[in-house]
Amino acid sequence: MSRWLLVFLLLAGPAYAVSDPAELLPDRHAELRAEAIGHQLRCLVCQNESIEESEADLARDLRRIIRQRVQAGDTDQQVIDWMVARYGDFVRLRPPFNALTLVLWGSPIIALGVGLTAVVLSRRRRPTPAAPLSPAEQARLSELIDR
Amino acid sequence: MIPELGHFALALAVALAAAQAVLPLWGAASRDKRLMASAPALALGQLIALATAYACLIWSAVTDDFSVLNIAQNSNSLKPLIYKITGTWGNHEGSILLWCLILAICSGAVGVFGRNLPSSLRARVIGVLGVVSAGFLLFALTSSNPFDRLWPPPLDGRDMNPLLQDPGLAIHPPVLYSGYVGFAIPFAFAVAALIEGRVDAAWGRWVRPWTLASWSLLTGGIALGSWWAYYELGWGGFWFWDPVENASLLPWLTGTALLHSAIVVEKREALKTWTILLAIGTFSLSLSGTFLVRSGILNSVHAFANDPARGVFILALLGLVIGGSLVLFAVRAPVLAPSGLFAPISREGALVLNNILLCSIAAVVLTGTTYPLFADLLFGAKISVGPPFFTATVLPLAAPVFGAMSVGPTLPWKRAELWPALQRLWWAALIALVVGVIAAAGLKRGLPALAFGAAAWLIVGAFAEIVERSRLFRIPFAASRTRLAAQPLSVWGSAIAHAGMGVTVAGIAGMSLAQSTIVAVRPGEAVSLAGYEWRLDSVHDGAGPNYTARVAEITVLRNGKPVVHFAPSRRAFTVQKITVTDASIYTTGLFDLYAVLGEERGGAAVLRLHLNPLAPWIWFGALIMAIGGGLSLADRRLRIGAPARRAVAMVTS
Repeated sequence: MSRWLLVFLLLAGPAYAVSDPAELLPDRHAELRAEAIGHQLRCLVCQNESIEESEADLARDLRRIIRQRVQAGDTDQQVIDWMVARYGDFVRLRPPFNALTLVLWGSPIIALGVGLTAVVLSRRRRPTPAAPLSPAEQARLSELIDR
Repeated sequence: MIPELGHFALALAVALAAAQAVLPLWGAASRDKRLMASAPALALGQLIALATAYACLIWSAVTDDFSVLNIAQNSNSLKPLIYKITGTWGNHEGSILLWCLILAICSGAVGVFGRNLPSSLRARVIGVLGVVSAGFLLFALTSSNPFDRLWPPPLDGRDMNPLLQDPGLAIHPPVLYSGYVGFAIPFAFAVAALIEGRVDAAWGRWVRPWTLASWSLLTGGIALGSWWAYYELGWGGFWFWDPVENASLLPWLTGTALLHSAIVVEKREALKTWTILLAIGTFSLSLSGTFLVRSGILNSVHAFANDPARGVFILALLGLVIGGSLVLFAVRAPVLAPSGLFAPISREGALVLNNILLCSIAAVVLTGTTYPLFADLLFGAKISVGPPFFTATVLPLAAPVFGAMSVGPTLPWKRAELWPALQRLWWAALIALVVGVIAAAGLKRGLPALAFGAAAWLIVGAFAEIVERSRLFRIPFAASRTRLAAQPLSVWGSAIAHAGMGVTVAGIAGMSLAQSTIVAVRPGEAVSLAGYEWRLDSVHDGAGPNYTARVAEITVLRNGKPVVHFAPSRRAFTVQKITVTDASIYTTGLFDLYAVLGEERGGAAVLRLHLNPLAPWIWFGALIMAIGGGLSLADRRLRIGAPARRAVAMVTS
């Protein structure tokens, strides 16, 4: 699951704040993991940036904490849980699936379902064929054709 | 004096727009020919008044008239001339005025180019545009007046946000706004059709060129914005799923759907009600996108205004325009008799699928963008919805769109067989498969390889219909060439636009393979990234007209030979006290080398270096899409009255 997440994140285009190279973990694999985790967490004092993208002090502190946790051997989920325990679900850029976000995560299915249902319904309600010509119209028509 | 003239012209524009909103509609209702005929003149009058007002605003900015509040808050005497001009739309008041000016241009365009519309339809379209104009002009005049004076005037202005002082962002708002506002015309046609109770093929034919033009401009505007984010923000990304980006993506998605369903109305007289609803929906999304984002309700960096009075006025206006048109739709739509039956597997069926998927993507993006707001308002819960959500939900919906994009255009109208259509595309599928397999073998990564395969499928498949129609490789080449030349421009246009999407997908897939590093380097030292050696020569001070800078001189070498010289900088803008990173980018067309200068610590400079494969393709693809739209627009068949001219040419030859 987390590998897929990483791929999705990379597809969105990696973006980074200019930060201190001393922050980075020496182990390349661990650093990539830390970055992937950081991209899922919101910089709490910014408008719409992940903590990997932000130059705010708080984001810098959180980046450091993520790397400490990763080095201490925490799994991705443990690091995120640690953050959520302190800052609530607000910190997660990928909201959890629960009763509150049911409609949010269900939105693709709901939208597709509504669209398909609308198409099926409108196809069932076929337009009635045009009424046959009245004798008067028929006469007028043949008059026009004969002319 | 000049600002007062502008103020007066703005007030005059409000009066003319009010007349434009009332007289033509009244005339069309009472069948009064003189009142209906007043529509184009009123529209042109409003346009002239607004153009005068805007010229006055530019004049005030260029002459550094800091007694005008708007200029004092957003300009500075040291700002370069070009940004004094473009700065007029870099703030709330000016951008609203620009918005109104473009809407007036739309009204004027319908007045001038719509001569061969039925007079009642033209009067109603211009009248509906007048209603929208009058509302927003009143908003501009009463609560966002750019000509308000300030006394005593300050010695100098507060300057514009340095991030906006950039050539890309100078032209981004007018292009984007032209796209947004252009959808007002299909909207006005939709409302006029609802009032008249009539939608037919001719209506579809009138609506399509306006939709195409707006769509092409919106595509260009979004691409410009994304390109700016890429090179100016210096984050190395190109799309952040920021509310304001989503706000521009939403009308693009529904506008794309509208573009395609209008074809069905024009060719087959089906999907009429749906097309009307899409036209209303697209403009509604444009409106809410422009104003809700700027009102500060949504959490965004682009929020200019945070004034509650403005917010209430805007909400009332949005309610009136969107709610009013939807009520009209509910009442009048059943009048529109559906016709033009088709089987599920047919060109129409493919276009319906396209509409369902595009609108589903739009629904998901809209839900994701507004969900935090509703969660907070309704349940008091603070949640964030960010890029991980959007990529996880939008990609699965976009994939079938890509799959269908190459198949749809090869299907015949009314009734088709899927299997023969797929058989005709076997060579496109083969090329896509080969590209995908090669990418998978080379990259050892699944999703980017899949995306490269999809890109190849889109680019090659886009031309499948043309190959099919010209019977290329099946009949002698000369005969094929005559057939190729005989293809209408709109066929080429749609093929090129579809291929452009493929180019963009390839660019996005390439970006997912980007390599980057953050290093602290001392002058004279070098680091290597992606086979290049990046040598920091020196770091020195620099200065611009309204900023001071630290500039890093970097030489990029490959195998010991210099490839390019970079000078990324950090600019400290003196008036606004904001520091901006100015990235250096070198592009080969296949990849970008990208360098950003960070802070300096103990004699070493922090550098962030990127190699972004295929990055320029993202915006190049968007440009191709816009060009495809423009080509379709140039098709004579789309221009009303064109057949008449062709008949004249035949007589003379």
